Amino acid sequence: MADSITKVSIVISKGSLEGIYPGLIMANGARAEGIEANLFFTFFGLDAIHRDRIDHVKVATVGNPGLHMATVVGGLPGMSAMATKMMEKKMSALDIPPIREFVEMIGDTGAGMFACKASVDMFGFSKDDFVDQVEGIITVGEFYEIAGGGQIIFT
Amino acid sequence: MPTATIAGVDVAVNEEGFLEQPEQWTEAVAVELAKAEGIDPLTPEHWKVVAFMRKEYFEKGTGPTVRALGKTSGVSVKELYQLFPKGPAKVAAKIAGIPKPRGCI
Repeated sequence: MADSITKVSIVISKGSLEGIYPGLIMANGARAEGIEANLFFTFFGLDAIHRDRIDHVKVATVGNPGLHMATVVGGLPGMSAMATKMMEKKMSALDIPPIREFVEMIGDTGAGMFACKASVDMFGFSKDDFVDQVEGIITVGEFYEIAGGGQIIFT
Repeated sequence: MPTATIAGVDVAVNEEGFLEQPEQWTEAVAVELAKAEGIDPLTPEHWKVVAFMRKEYFEKGTGPTVRALGKTSGVSVKELYQLFPKGPAKVAAKIAGIPKPRGCI
């Protein structure tokens, strides 16, 4: 097929559940199609690979018009946890794995996973804070080198 | 519907080269389909996955996704990608003569 995609590099920049999953699904889906894939986690997207935070990613219930919920209701204590629980239940029924398992699986597919150096420095993290699948902490320049010859998707 | 002659058998295929009728599949067809995908020879591990794909298809009406394969076939996701670098579920389904699985995960 002419013009078929052979390589993608996906940037995950948000730390909410709805901010993290699309990038993971796209990376995993790329590998399933035999497309080379890399994931680059930046800013709050680092939560998706942070050992202690990976199991505590939440749906944003404030400032999220897609939930069709009044902002003041979304701001009530426990709303985010409840919405997250509901969404996780739905995803589990569709056989979408939790983030930790998904990241492990994507690592097993051979996709590259990297943390953004500027963000890591800003949050005061180090390599040890991340799950084993993370290959390294790289600069934006190194990211572009790794992404060379492919498409870049920012999420 | 286009047809192709694979390993001496006339089979119906779709535009992506997947067999339209899984009943037309034979092991010799699988060997040829695998060659076309750059897999030659098919090792016992490949056959294990191919047989599993067919079993799942005839039981459930659809082939498993990579995740389901990794969980239930006895071959890990890592090994699956080593066996089928161009996409385990997709390529194994093609070699197994079943339709391409349509899951997103």
